Amino acid sequence: MLQLSPAPHISSSKNMEKIMYGVVLALVPALVGSVYFFGWRVLFLTALSVLSALITEWTFQRVTHREIRCFDGSAIITGILLAFNIPVNSPWWIPVAGSFFAIFVVKQVFGGLGYNIFNPALAGRAFLVASWPSLMTGNWTPPIGGTLSGLSNLDGITQATPLTLLSLSPRASVIHALNSGTMLKALFVGNTGGCLGETSALLLLIGALFLFAMRYADWRISVSYIGSVFAFSGILYLLGINTVNPTFHILSGGVMLGGLFMATDMVTSPVTLKGRWIFGIAGGLLCVLFRTWGGYPEGVSYSILIMNMFVPLLDRLQPRVYGRSK
Amino acid sequence: MRLLTFKGGVHPEDKKELAGFAPIERIKPPEIVYLPLSQHTGVPSKPIIEKKDEVEVGMKIAESNGKLSVPLHSSVAGVYMGLVNYPHPLGGRKLAMKIKVDPERTEEWKSEEKEVGTLSNKDIIKIVKESGIVGMGGAAFPTFFKMQPPPDKKIADLIINGAECEPYLTADYRLMIERAEDILKGIDIIRRVINPDRVWIAIESNKMDAVERMKEVSSSYPSFNISIHKTKYPQGSEKQLVQAVKRQEVPEGGLPFDAGAYVQNIGTALAVYEAVCYSKPLYERVVTVTGSVRDPSNFLVPIGTPFDYLIEEAGGVIGTLMKVINGGPMMGIAQVYPEVPVIKGTTGILIQNREEVFSGIVGPCIRCAACIDVCPMCLMPTEINKSIETENFDKAEEMGVLSCMECGGCAYVCPSNIPLVQQFKYAKNEIMKRRK
Ligand code: SF4
Ligand code: SF4
Repeated sequence: MLQLSPAPHISSSKNMEKIMYGVVLALVPALVGSVYFFGWRVLFLTALSVLSALITEWTFQRVTHREIRCFDGSAIITGILLAFNIPVNSPWWIPVAGSFFAIFVVKQVFGGLGYNIFNPALAGRAFLVASWPSLMTGNWTPPIGGTLSGLSNLDGITQATPLTLLSLSPRASVIHALNSGTMLKALFVGNTGGCLGETSALLLLIGALFLFAMRYADWRISVSYIGSVFAFSGILYLLGINTVNPTFHILSGGVMLGGLFMATDMVTSPVTLKGRWIFGIAGGLLCVLFRTWGGYPEGVSYSILIMNMFVPLLDRLQPRVYGRSK
Repeated sequence: MRLLTFKGGVHPEDKKELAGFAPIERIKPPEIVYLPLSQHTGVPSKPIIEKKDEVEVGMKIAESNGKLSVPLHSSVAGVYMGLVNYPHPLGGRKLAMKIKVDPERTEEWKSEEKEVGTLSNKDIIKIVKESGIVGMGGAAFPTFFKMQPPPDKKIADLIINGAECEPYLTADYRLMIERAEDILKGIDIIRRVINPDRVWIAIESNKMDAVERMKEVSSSYPSFNISIHKTKYPQGSEKQLVQAVKRQEVPEGGLPFDAGAYVQNIGTALAVYEAVCYSKPLYERVVTVTGSVRDPSNFLVPIGTPFDYLIEEAGGVIGTLMKVINGGPMMGIAQVYPEVPVIKGTTGILIQNREEVFSGIVGPCIRCAACIDVCPMCLMPTEINKSIETENFDKAEEMGVLSCMECGGCAYVCPSNIPLVQQFKYAKNEIMKRRK
């Protein structure tokens, strides 16, 4: 019997699982760095988070009699990214609950991979912050021998990220320290307190460069998002409204993690080039607004989640069809 | 070297090395040929001979039927066995004239070369029509009809399509290497009729020896330019050629002459030359037989030769036969019956065995936008597909689905193997049905 599938009869080497596992691979440097800075507990939490994501997805697909595709890689990404968004001294059930919410409510209820509007990991994080705010934001462990330890003690705050420190204790000495070169270098390399995955800008960048090179993520989104945070926080800094410099802003509080790995999530970002620029720039602006005038110091999660909502609208920015009059 | 190109497109492996080195070879005719009455876009032709009649090579056996139709000629000498319902390479079964071949009398076309000299444009167009010439790049649109664009359309650029962008296929390439002089004479005849300001011969950069060959012989035609195009699929699509050469788009829903261009394929130019200068009707053509066959080849075959005969001529299948494709891998049609006959628009036969056949599992759209990046018509395949899934054909139309030329680029890159082209075909059909 001859086979009768429609043209084309050949296919590019692109395949969905390859893309997904490519993203997983790109997260490995940051994961290794996180273990180095925070210790083995990082692996424990990440593993729990990934397991929870996989089991939730498998169960959902099983119960609803859908095809079991939980190993396509996307649930693993969500698991890792969710773990990257929690503090290292979270209790074990935090990543479990977060991934469950991310996969069940944010991804599967919306129709599964490809149909979710919100980035599952980010929405999972938002859920955790809303449900257990003290566990999620007030509970920071400084990295082993980290830069902030001296500063925090000086302030009577034992545990803080650079960014929470700024909002809790905006004193001149703190601000000066945050603006210092040592601080910025520490942020870049990864030697500061924060969530699992947001400590080292450098390691995140290495992973992201791989994604850009393989075209598994669009650099335009990252450049526009991070660039926009830099530009708008820079303007506020020059106007004297913001006390810390823009470099500090893009290196802290998950801007790198968000801009490189969350905003670029294919499913929840716009499909057109124009849409992607707008998505990134508007997202960055929102982030700066939240940081400057909002209640939460990070702002990254909410800025991206809000932009996720605008994606269907941005997708209407269709390029001009060949031959169609302008 | 400046390479001309267009927006979007994909880079499949070209696989031209399989058959590219095989010189064109005239095969000995099969025992029986089947000549479908429907050979081209437009109305099928009408038989004019009776069962049991003797036929000669090149004898007219069916006449044109209506405005957009051309006659059909016997590709062999032998006996007409009557009309049969026979599998057609474009799908289904269609009426075909069955001819039992007499191998003794089936000979090469012999005639003295005539000068084009005093022939008027009208004469040339008449010869082209009577010789049954249609576009040989696959679309099979009657050439005489194309040669008469509306008088208000000034054609500035005559573009001869030697891009042959479909992977695997090498028929046009071999023609350019082996028949360069004759092709140029054919182009010159078309030029006389169309009277353009410029003449372009468009060749992809993976065929530099063809470029060299054409440059060599075109020195005696000062107005001819050889344009070298980036090797990218679908470089040989009319609208993309116009964009590459003229940096101008053909208006939506329009034809190349709406942008002052006229595109004709290399093989057609040769057929025009042979018809005008040798009175030879179009009854044979070069077909690349390639893929998983032992000796990939370029055969000069009588129209109506069954595919399975040619597959055997090319040494037979390597491995387990899975797919017989009329055309190339990007736009070709997978056949139900391996005994379908070659028609005027058959550029090649691609064979895939079990190892080569591609069968990906269809997954959900992950919105990677790869399809948008590659669409040469600047469409948004993923979004159009979504509106088709919800039966919203108005939206699909508004998003330009009618401009889709079914090149397959989007489906080729889709990591979730979504059958996008099939969906667009379906939508175009639905939209056309609703218009009626
Ligand atoms: S939408 Fe049509 S024209 Fe565009 S890439 Fe797909 S098949 Fe080709
Ligand atoms: S290439 Fe496939 S998966 Fe990617 S956006 Fe297009 S349809 Fe969706």
